[in-house]
Amino acid sequence: MGIVSPGFFGRRGSGDTKLPPGQYLTHDFPVLSAGPTPRIDLDSWQFVVTTEIGQRKQWSWQELTSLPSEDITKDIHCVTKWSKLGTHWKGVPVETLLADVETAADYVMAHSYGGYTTNLPLEDLLNGQAWIAYQYDGAPLPPEHGGPARLLVPHLYFWKSAKWVRGLELMLADEPGFWETAGYHDYGDPWREQRYQGD
Amino acid sequence: MATLTERRRETDSAATLVFDVPDWPGHLPGQHVDIKLTAEDGYSTERSYSIASPAEGDRIELTIQRVHDGEVSPYLLEGLGVGDPIEIRGPIGGWFVWRDTDPDPVVLVAGGSGVVPLMAMVRARKAAGSRIPFRLIYSVRTPEDMLYANELRARVRDDMGLDIAYAYTREAPPDWPGEVGRLKLATVATHGWPPDLMPACFVCGPTGFVEAVADILVAQGHDPRKVKTERFGPTGT
Repeated sequence: MGIVSPGFFGRRGSGDTKLPPGQYLTHDFPVLSAGPTPRIDLDSWQFVVTTEIGQRKQWSWQELTSLPSEDITKDIHCVTKWSKLGTHWKGVPVETLLADVETAADYVMAHSYGGYTTNLPLEDLLNGQAWIAYQYDGAPLPPEHGGPARLLVPHLYFWKSAKWVRGLELMLADEPGFWETAGYHDYGDPWREQRYQGD
Repeated sequence: MATLTERRRETDSAATLVFDVPDWPGHLPGQHVDIKLTAEDGYSTERSYSIASPAEGDRIELTIQRVHDGEVSPYLLEGLGVGDPIEIRGPIGGWFVWRDTDPDPVVLVAGGSGVVPLMAMVRARKAAGSRIPFRLIYSVRTPEDMLYANELRARVRDDMGLDIAYAYTREAPPDWPGEVGRLKLATVATHGWPPDLMPACFVCGPTGFVEAVADILVAQGHDPRKVKTERFGPTGT
């Protein structure tokens, strides 16, 4: 237990709500990004998977949204301390996109329109843990929340769920992405409170 | 572990808290800290606050705006006593920062209490004796909501190369010659820098404000990579 703050009681949520340590519950959907929101034309939108030997596989908007999709209901946890429960998404499982890709990679760098990057272990993107999401709450994903499509990896802090995603780069060795270079954790498990490098 | 050494009133709903943090490693203007409060039964919660002061030994200043119905800000503004200990972690963030070695001119656009990390940059510029030209555009609801009003007036006089333009969204001072309302492209274009100068742009405020201003800067022709944003204030605003 930390230093007790004299006279602080705090506001407990309903006791049955389980949040990761240090998080508080919000019913809004806050926006967090490092720069302007890019506006992306669906006609020129592409999603590209690149392997460690430079092989590419790509999808147009039409092709991606024609793939079998899933409805997803998950809690999300932002490193800036808010959590939002039971959010509804629709998207294509990442494993569908990687199904025919031959790779020995253990890590992935997600790349976004606008230049954002974030790194993840490949195994965290497989087995029903990650999607390319293009709908939120039954409507097209708004640009400020990452539309037209974002990576959705709800079991990690939400900066790993790259907004405006345009591709996945498979890598043999881990490399830090945008926030990871700026001092945030390479893995980012909210339940172990891995906010910053060294946590 | 830090100790509150002083609390200074800024407005009816905001105050600056001065903390002594032994072995503070120093920080860059724009960085923030995490504050963790723990109740007697072990319940704890955390929030992030931008640092308002430039690096200065073991002392840091945070300016805290009261969040209506908030869990943490009312405690920091009224409950925490001078001399009380508190858990502070930081500095955090390596993106929304200004370095006095950066050669580019700077435009700062603040909405409400989003001025806090930008004020750290203005103060750090003076402390470093920097000659980098700074322009601050500061949008507030009413004159009474303005943080650092007296200091900004003095700095515009004394800090060579600092220009400040104000905007009022609800209510302006009686003799105000301009419009009252949300920041417009014309205001940003007039009081910021032209894109040809490749300025570093820092925008901080509530989400709607930041989205609107970042869009204006991009529309004006600024390179999106030169526009750094930070959302501020309670979630959902």
